Amino acid sequence: MVPISTLHYLIVAAALFVLGVVGVLTRRNLVVILMSIELILNAVNLNLVAFSRMWGNLHGQVFSIFITADAAAEAAAGLGILIAFFRNKETVNVDEIDLLKW
Amino acid sequence: MLFLNHVYLLPIVPAVGAAVMFFFGRRLRKIAIDTVCIGVIVVAFLFACVTVAEYSSFAHGTGQAFEKIVYTWLGSGDAQLASAMNGGAHQTFNADAGFLLDPLSCVWLLFVTGVGLLIHIYSTGYMAHEGGYYRFFGYMNLFMFFMLTLILANNYMMMFVGWEGVGLSSYLLIGFYFHRHSASSAANKAFIVNRIGDVGFVLGALTLFYYLGSFRFTDINALARSGRFSIGDPVLSAAALLLFVGACGKSAQLPLYVWLPDAMEGPTPVSALIHAATMVTAGVYMVARSNAIFVLAPGAMKTVAIVGALTAIFAASMALVQNDIKRVLAYSTISQLGYMFLALGVGAFAAGVFHVFTHAFFKALLFLGSGSIIQAMSGEQDMRNMGGLKDKIPTTHWTMFVGTLAIAGIFPFAGFFSKDAILWQTWTSEGGAYRILWFVGYATAMMTAFYMFRLMYLTFYSRVRMSPAIRDKVHGLSKSMTAPLVILALCSLGAGWLSWPQSLGGSARFEHFVEPVFAHEAVVLEHAGKSGQVSAGEKEAQHTDKAEYLLMILSLAAGAAGWGVAHNAYRNAGKDYAEPIAQKLPRLYGLLYNKWFVDETYDYVFTGRRKLGNVTLGALGVGEAASWFDTKIVDSAINDVGWVTRAASTLSAWFDRWIVDGLAVRGIAYLTLPFAYVARLFEWGLVQWYALIMVAGLIGFGVYYVWK
Repeated sequence: MVPISTLHYLIVAAALFVLGVVGVLTRRNLVVILMSIELILNAVNLNLVAFSRMWGNLHGQVFSIFITADAAAEAAAGLGILIAFFRNKETVNVDEIDLLKW
Repeated sequence: MLFLNHVYLLPIVPAVGAAVMFFFGRRLRKIAIDTVCIGVIVVAFLFACVTVAEYSSFAHGTGQAFEKIVYTWLGSGDAQLASAMNGGAHQTFNADAGFLLDPLSCVWLLFVTGVGLLIHIYSTGYMAHEGGYYRFFGYMNLFMFFMLTLILANNYMMMFVGWEGVGLSSYLLIGFYFHRHSASSAANKAFIVNRIGDVGFVLGALTLFYYLGSFRFTDINALARSGRFSIGDPVLSAAALLLFVGACGKSAQLPLYVWLPDAMEGPTPVSALIHAATMVTAGVYMVARSNAIFVLAPGAMKTVAIVGALTAIFAASMALVQNDIKRVLAYSTISQLGYMFLALGVGAFAAGVFHVFTHAFFKALLFLGSGSIIQAMSGEQDMRNMGGLKDKIPTTHWTMFVGTLAIAGIFPFAGFFSKDAILWQTWTSEGGAYRILWFVGYATAMMTAFYMFRLMYLTFYSRVRMSPAIRDKVHGLSKSMTAPLVILALCSLGAGWLSWPQSLGGSARFEHFVEPVFAHEAVVLEHAGKSGQVSAGEKEAQHTDKAEYLLMILSLAAGAAGWGVAHNAYRNAGKDYAEPIAQKLPRLYGLLYNKWFVDETYDYVFTGRRKLGNVTLGALGVGEAASWFDTKIVDSAINDVGWVTRAASTLSAWFDRWIVDGLAVRGIAYLTLPFAYVARLFEWGLVQWYALIMVAGLIGFGVYYVWK
């Protein structure tokens, strides 16, 4: 049995990250996109925790807690925007949200 | 001398009553209103009596003026005016709140407070059932305050305060029944016509200040009598004429008399107090006050005499045919005021003042009597619907009979003495230069007797012409209304005896009392080398003349003739009685009945309420002309200027639109447009595309750093 090393963590984190990126790029529902963003953030968290374990100090752990708080705030803001948008347009499909274009 | 020294409190007394009425009157009951308003007039009357008594012991018959200056009321501080008289010396422009007591103001003080008191008492009965009872008495007390201010003032400006104040009170009381349109327009008319006179008053007073450097009567009289001015001095003549314009307005002389007949819209006690006995004599008072100036202006004196005589006969002619009982008395008042001015104009100041004094009693009596009739007849004022009231209201009947005898000049009633004095002095003054005016005055006396007895016959004697409904309602009157009538009747009988002429064995005490106010004329005139012509009347009175007896008999005959004609014409006047004038001279009757069309003429010429064809003259005409000028000339000039501005702005707008906006702003924008098309291609607006590019960039960087 091979002991779980930092590399394993990094592979799991990279897989999570790719899942998140693919979710962001391919899904049309904004809710799902927000969930995918959470996946990306948690991939980063996993990396930080893994490196923290590797170096034997707590800096990465603390940083991951910050990112978790930031993710919660971002989810709140994102969902608020989403609800406001739904009230106006009655849709949460990102391909119908093209106001950035002139 | 307590009261004399505090004479300034005298006008305050009725002012207190007025203030109480205005602030609390609405909540007071009738008995409280009566107590306050009659109370203050009683106090004022007693105050006036004591003050006059103290004054006469102060003056000892010399007529020395008592002056009490309380403070400088109207002052320009140190600002000074050049006064012409002193060769351009500087005078401070000041007027005091000062009070002057001399025989002239004593006379006015006594009869204003005395008659005022009686009329106030009468009003408690007459107005008992009217709305606004407290308001009425508040106005009446206010009037008394201003009238006393006018009388007691020691300078023209202070007098003007009272002068305007009585005008205001008159306005308020004429318009007392303000819900009636005719009453409010009559009030406006009185106020506006009086304004014309007031302009004359102010200009006259300011001219005197400019020329003599003071507003105070004592200063002005002293200067005018100092002999520094020649007779006929043009500036003084102008000032005297201007003052007389003021007197014409207030005292209802030609051509400003038109407001007085309309003023009868007010309650009858108001007509008695303000428009017969007191306020309308303010003009006479002011001219008598300014006698030193008028004596130096013979032209002005002549004007006064002629205007007075013409007013007397003109107003009397209109009184001949009026059917409204109050209007007859109104024209009669104007006519009697004309007599007063005739007397002043011929230099018989004492006689004029004496006529004011007697007239106050008998005219107040006649008005109050007519008020009693109106009250008894439930508001009917038309004499055509009266008749036969002799036994229904006996007290009113005999008191009014006394008043009629007095105004008709029947011996020994008051009017005989005063009117006779005026006619006699008109006959004799200036060596007979005014005799033509005597004939005018004499004719007026005859007409006076006629219209007054016409009034008596149509109301008290003749046949009953009222409707049965009213006839049954005719009722007697309360004590508060009859008592003043009786007192005034006694005064109308006895007031004349104060000036029992020397020719009839009397002592002319009244004339001697007021003499000092006018006495210095003789001195002035002798100084100017024109020995005592104006005061000839006074001298003439010292000895008797056969002509005087003849004139007395003639004026008695005039009264009797008027009585006789009226007796014949109206003795048995039934429902369709005939007016003698209408039968003999129907055209003249129409003219008189329509009051010589003076109001209509004024409407055509001065107010412009009536149009001559399409042309409007007078005030409205001026207004229309101004309006035409404004719309046609001023506005079209403005419109032309506006057109030019519009043209310029159109040009400017074109430049703005096509050159500034078009070429400069949009041109640049079009220049950038092609680049914008290219730039736009990079912007899809879809979030996921941007994210994809970011990922591609990420991968790109990764590949670059791994395989570098």
